This record gives sequence, structure tokens and C-alpha cells, in this order.
Amino acid sequence: MIWFFLLSGIFLGWSLGANDAANIFGTAVSTRMVKFKIAALIASIFVILGAVLSGAGTTETLGELGAINTMGGSFTVALASGLTVTWMTRAKLPVSTSQAIIGGILGWNWFTASPTDFGVLTEIISAWIFSPIIAALFAFILSKILSLMIKGMHIHLLRVDHLTRIALILIGAFGAYSLGANNIANVMGVFVPANPFTDIHLGEFMNFSGTQQLFLLGGCAISAGIYTYSRKVMVTVGNDLYKLTPLTALVVVLAVALVLYIFASENLQQLIVSRGLPPLPLVPVSSSQAVIGAVIGIGLSRGGKGIRYRIMGRISLGWIITPVAACLLTFILLFFVKNVFEIQVVK
Amino acid sequence: MKILFRKTRELETQIDDYLDIVERGALIFLQGVRLFFENRLDEFEVRYKDLRAMESKGDSLRRDIENKLYTHTLIPESRGDVLGLLESSDAVLNRMAKTLLNFSIENPNMSEELRPLFIDLAQSSTAAAENMVKAVRTYFRDLLAVRDLINKALFYEKESDKIAEKVKRIVFQKDAELSWKAHMRVFAHHIELIADEAEDVCDRLAIAVAKRYE
Repeated sequence: MIWFFLLSGIFLGWSLGANDAANIFGTAVSTRMVKFKIAALIASIFVILGAVLSGAGTTETLGELGAINTMGGSFTVALASGLTVTWMTRAKLPVSTSQAIIGGILGWNWFTASPTDFGVLTEIISAWIFSPIIAALFAFILSKILSLMIKGMHIHLLRVDHLTRIALILIGAFGAYSLGANNIANVMGVFVPANPFTDIHLGEFMNFSGTQQLFLLGGCAISAGIYTYSRKVMVTVGNDLYKLTPLTALVVVLAVALVLYIFASENLQQLIVSRGLPPLPLVPVSSSQAVIGAVIGIGLSRGGKGIRYRIMGRISLGWIITPVAACLLTFILLFFVKNVFEIQVVK
Repeated sequence: MKILFRKTRELETQIDDYLDIVERGALIFLQGVRLFFENRLDEFEVRYKDLRAMESKGDSLRRDIENKLYTHTLIPESRGDVLGLLESSDAVLNRMAKTLLNFSIENPNMSEELRPLFIDLAQSSTAAAENMVKAVRTYFRDLLAVRDLINKALFYEKESDKIAEKVKRIVFQKDAELSWKAHMRVFAHHIELIADEAEDVCDRLAIAVAKRYE
């Protein structure tokens, strides 16, 4: 039964791998700078590493918003979020797993009459708003630096091409690590309070915690999504939505990776706090929206011509529609799961 | 990745070698025209054969470069432009070889008055081709410097237009047979075409540069 409950999380993971890996390796693959086989392997390895090693921070924030304490509740929230993402993707509406899962947790809080910490909710919403803005800022700065480097260093076009390939792989690996660290909470975060796995001790110093095992499972689901479906999405992202050159893709991926990392890394947060600076919340953010922010940042670095600012309106629409839809659907599904199937959704 | 890096360096060298061939071809062409007008026809024939050999070497090198660019899917965003530049540069080399071939076969009877003008024309066209090659070479490493070289190439192209026009006017004002006049006009036109082909390369290059600035 536990494995059945985990299926909804695995489905969310598959969906994340299928859609969001394209934000990291989309242009690299569609322009044939990096072979899909290599991209999929690197993305899979580093997503799993990011999830297992650095996924705790964002998960803790989700736990603070709502500690779903039964497998039935976790299953329903993940299922409702997954269905919301699928429905909105099919309806071509702007959607993010990060926003769907928050809506799902709020729906669970509502159904079970659990209190919602509005301080945490405010932190999460501000992270959603700031993540594309920060991505735009990073992309603006990186784009200027790269442009100066290429103009100033007089490197042969073929060598630039070669270095770009290497950089796309290295930065792609960092991007995949950050994606795993930041977004694993969307996939497995709701299962953590009711985690069925127990800690495994490997020798005296190695401890593989139950949460890490859960994240490993989520990471494998993301990896399955990457291998089975992301190729198609990568080609679409590379050619249709926003046409990027390999060099601009490099800037976009680095900006997105940095954004995902700063909203996921506990070490970075500790460093910021130790310097007396205000901490950044550890929150799952949307890599797709960070990509849009980064593309706008590059556009601004080139004088701001041709930027479709309407797309910003679409992002904001996603901030509202996705959590509201997921919240409502979770509420309805919890009603059925509890009353029709008689499964416990709260302790 | 190592193989790719080796291939990249190999290709860089091959592209430079190819452009060297076009540049040397221009120098041999000019030398050939001078030798023809100095009536040193044996030496002229040697230059003509050298140019033919370079043209053939250039063709196979260009094909190899094109093949490698496609096989290793290199420079996906600029590949079309680079291939276009190499092919149109080849047209300049071919035009020079054809012009020397025409000198060799038709052995035009130039008057003393026309000889310095034809040499000037050949010099201007060659200068256009040389600056075009420099511009193409620079495109691979320093985009900002390409514009100056394109301007130089275009300047010499205009010069060759003016000189060719002058030659044609002088020829057709002369009291001579129409066949001779037509023959002189064709030779002036052939040499002028070298600069025109170089101008075509520069036009392509200007677009390729603008695309890389995007």
C-alpha cells in the first residue's frame, strides 16, 4: 500500500524530469551542441545528487507550511498537484510544480482545519516573485561579462564553440544539481512527515537517512522522466518557445542554476547569516519562470528591444491560478479519499 | 571530448590554410598578369599552372572543412554563414584561375597604352581579394576589426570598377577593329569580376558579423 501511495509522488517526479530538464539542457540538445544521451546521463546523475545531498532545506519549508502526517494525505496532495500540472499544461496555461504543490498543501490545511503559517506563505510567495527577477539580474550581468570576454579575448570561433560545449555540460551539471536540490521538495516533500523509510547505517560514519532514501526514489523518478520524455520537450523548448543561441543558453542555464541554488542551499544560507545579512528563504521555485526571467535579463542587456513584457503577466497569472486550482482539487480529492475510500488523510 | 578538441584545432588550421591559398592565389594571379605584359610567357605559364594547382588544393581542402563542420555538428549557429563564406571565397580563386586561363589561351594583343592600366586593374582587384581574405580570417577571431577590412576591400572594388571603365572607354574611342575592342573589353571585365566576387564575399561577411552580434 505504501508503494501505491508513493506512486503519485513518483508521477510528479516523472513529470518534473520530463518538463524541467529541458530548462537546463534544452538548447544544448536542440542545437546539437550536446548529445541527448550525454545530457540525459549528466542531468540524471546530478539531479539525484542534488536531491539526496541538498534537498532538505526546501523540504523543511514545505513542512513548516503544512506537515501532512499520513500517507493517504500525502498521496492525495501529490496526486492533486500532479493532475493540476497536467491539466494546466494541456490547457497551455503557465504552470509550475512548485506552485501546484503549495496549493495542494494549503488545500490539505483547509480540509483538515490545520493552521497555515502565513509568515512562511509570504516567504514562499516572495520567493516566487523574486526568483525570475533575480534570474534576470544574473543573466544581465553574466551576459555583459560574456560579451566583453568574447569581444576582448579574440578567441577563434571554433574554439568558442568547443569551450561552449564544455561549459554547457559543466553548467548543465550544476543546473541539474540545483534543480534536484530545489525541486525534490515538490516531488517528495509532502511524504517526508509520513516517511515510510527508516535510516540505514553504512559503517560508523555513513548514515543514509529515510528522507534521503525518499529523495533518492524521487530523483530516480525525475531521471525516468528525463530519459523517457524530456527529449521531445527539449527540442520544443530549443526551437519554439524562445530561440536561444548556445552562448545565450549558457547564460540562461547559469542564471537559472544560481537562482535554484540560492533558494535551496542550506550552506549558502548559513554563510549569508554568518555575514549578518538577512537569510534567503529555502523555497522550491519554478525553473521555467526563472528561465523566462533570465531570457528577459539577456534582452535587457542588449538594449531591451523585442522583449514581450506580456509574458510577465502570464507568469503572475500562474502564481495565482496554479495554487488556487491545486488547492481546490486537493480539497475535493481529500473529501473522496476520506469519505468514499475511507483512507485516513490526517492523524 | 578530446577528439573534438583535436578536431577543432585541426579545423582552425585547415581554415587558415584555405584562406592562405586564396591569398597566395591572388598574389600569383598578379604576378602572372605582370609576367604576361612583360612578355615572359614561359614564366607566365608556370604561374598559371601554380594557380590551377592551388585552386584544386583549395577545392579539396574546402570540401574537407565543410564535411568536418557537418559531421561534428560544429558551430551550429554560424555554420551556414561560414560555409557560404568559404564557398564564395572559392569563387574568387576560381575567377582568378579562369582569367589567367583566358590570357593563356587567347593571348590578347594589348597596346602599350593599355598595359599599365590593365596592371593597375589587376592590382586593385587583387587588393580587394586580399583584404577580403583578411576580413574573413578576422571574422573567426575579432568581430570588431572585420568592418575596417571590409571597407578596404570595398574601396579597392570601386577602384577596379573605375579603372575597368577607363579601359573600356579608351578602347572604344580607338580607331580599331570591333573584334579587338570586344576582346579588350572582355579581359577588363574578367579582371574586374575578381573584385566583384570579393565584394560578394564582403556582403555575406557583413551579414554574418551582424548575426553574431545579435
